[in-house]
Amino acid sequence: MIRTEGLTKNFGGLRVLKGVSEHIKPNEVVSVIGPSGSGKSTFLRCLNLLERPDAGSIYFEGVEITRRGIDIDRHRQKMGMVFQLFNVFPHLTVERNITLAPVLSGKKTKAEAAEQARVLLDRVGLLDKLDEHPNRLSGGQKQRLAIVRALAMEPDVMLFDEPTSALDPEMVGEVLQVIKGLVKSGMTTIIVTHEMGFAREVSDRVLFMDDGVIAEQGTPEQIFGNPQNPRTKEFLSKVLY
Amino acid sequence: MWSGIGDKLVRIVARYHGLFLEGIGMTLLLSAITVLLGVVLGSFIALLKMSKFRPVSWLATIYIEIIRGTPLLLQLYFFYFVVPEALKFIEFNKFTSVAAALALNSAAYIAEIIRGGIQSVDRGQTEAARSLGLTSRQTMWEIVFPQAVKNILPSLCNEFVMVIKETSLASTFFVGDLMTQFKTIQGITYLSFEPLIVVGAIYFVMTFLLSKLVAAYERRLKASD
Ligand SMILES: Nc1ncnc2c1ncn2[C@@H]1O[C@H](COP(=O)(O)OP(=O)(O)OP(=O)(O)O)[C@@H](O)[C@H]1O
Ligand SMILES: [Mg+2]
Repeated sequence: MIRTEGLTKNFGGLRVLKGVSEHIKPNEVVSVIGPSGSGKSTFLRCLNLLERPDAGSIYFEGVEITRRGIDIDRHRQKMGMVFQLFNVFPHLTVERNITLAPVLSGKKTKAEAAEQARVLLDRVGLLDKLDEHPNRLSGGQKQRLAIVRALAMEPDVMLFDEPTSALDPEMVGEVLQVIKGLVKSGMTTIIVTHEMGFAREVSDRVLFMDDGVIAEQGTPEQIFGNPQNPRTKEFLSKVLY
Repeated sequence: MWSGIGDKLVRIVARYHGLFLEGIGMTLLLSAITVLLGVVLGSFIALLKMSKFRPVSWLATIYIEIIRGTPLLLQLYFFYFVVPEALKFIEFNKFTSVAAALALNSAAYIAEIIRGGIQSVDRGQTEAARSLGLTSRQTMWEIVFPQAVKNILPSLCNEFVMVIKETSLASTFFVGDLMTQFKTIQGITYLSFEPLIVVGAIYFVMTFLLSKLVAAYERRLKASD
């Protein structure tokens, strides 16, 4: 579904991605873990070209989206993204947050989008907030809104960048619950996370990133139960205890 | 100077209130035109300045720096004496020369206000919009600009207050603004102090009220955040 080849990204003189080649298959749930600054966010943000890689290529559903002249907006519609800091639109109501993109892209009529918004909000328990502005929502509610906002475009893959890192501990659960439901429904998912328990529970595969490369990968059992790379061991021993 | 001042003020206001009113009208008209044109031109210049194509953004920078780095009075002279000569095919009168100079001057400041307002919108907003597949234009109009307006409007109102005071420089060319009326009345009555007091009071009341309005408006915006 998503394939990268030799993905490289520099920020100024700093080489943040050093040739990442990876293949995410349909319906797969992949967690990305690793120390701070190892390039996890950059990798994820390259996938929908929020960051332009300096070298290497990305194929999404068979199309090379890194090619010049490609209509990236059309492909981004198929890739939902959820950010650490929610990035909900504060000037729009909860409903408009959700209906904006489907309507603007011509995917849905206003009425269809409004109906869909109700269904989605109901699913994450926010139906009563339909007409509120996001500043009236808690962090956990904002993030649930951000998730259904992305889902409204009916994407083929969802990208999560530390969706619970900015939340108060008591709100982490409600957001993870929503993501869990999504994963169960078969959504192809890539999630950068520091929630090791969650990664272990939902992932088909775990990528350990270190210093701009995927240093080790495997099933959750392999990575968490029997890591091979000393860097993985070191990282896990720090975060697990 | 102070003897009978109250009487003189009352008499000046009674006799020349028509002139003062005309002056207020002209000052407000000139200010409104300046800011309106300034917003149109300023938006354009701000867009140029934010262009990713370097030469275009330099052009905007050069414009802004030249306008901000030279006196407004000089710019007024330039538009009064030089520009009509150079552009003979356009008919300039006093008013258009002065209005053009004021608007082009204000546009430079307004461009920076607009650019600042746009850039103060969190980058995450743009990223979220683009990640949903919105085009850069849709992102600008639906997401960034509506939020930027909140930052821009109060500053624009303050710019309007500044411009009200700056239009007084236009009296150099007797365009009929409030300051021109001072000169006219001074010419008739040979009084300086009293008409200055009146004109000053009018400027003060206008700008003071407007500033208060802006401040109240800003508080309301903050409250709605
Ligand atoms: N826009 C940018 N400009 C300059 N440097 C950047 C930029 N974005 C990221 N970096 C740098 O790139 C490196 C990798 O950043 P990245 O955000 O991908 O790390 P990460 O693995 O997601 O870390 P964290 O766990 O802290 O989120 C860091 O050193 C960071 O400072
Ligand atoms: Mg990160």
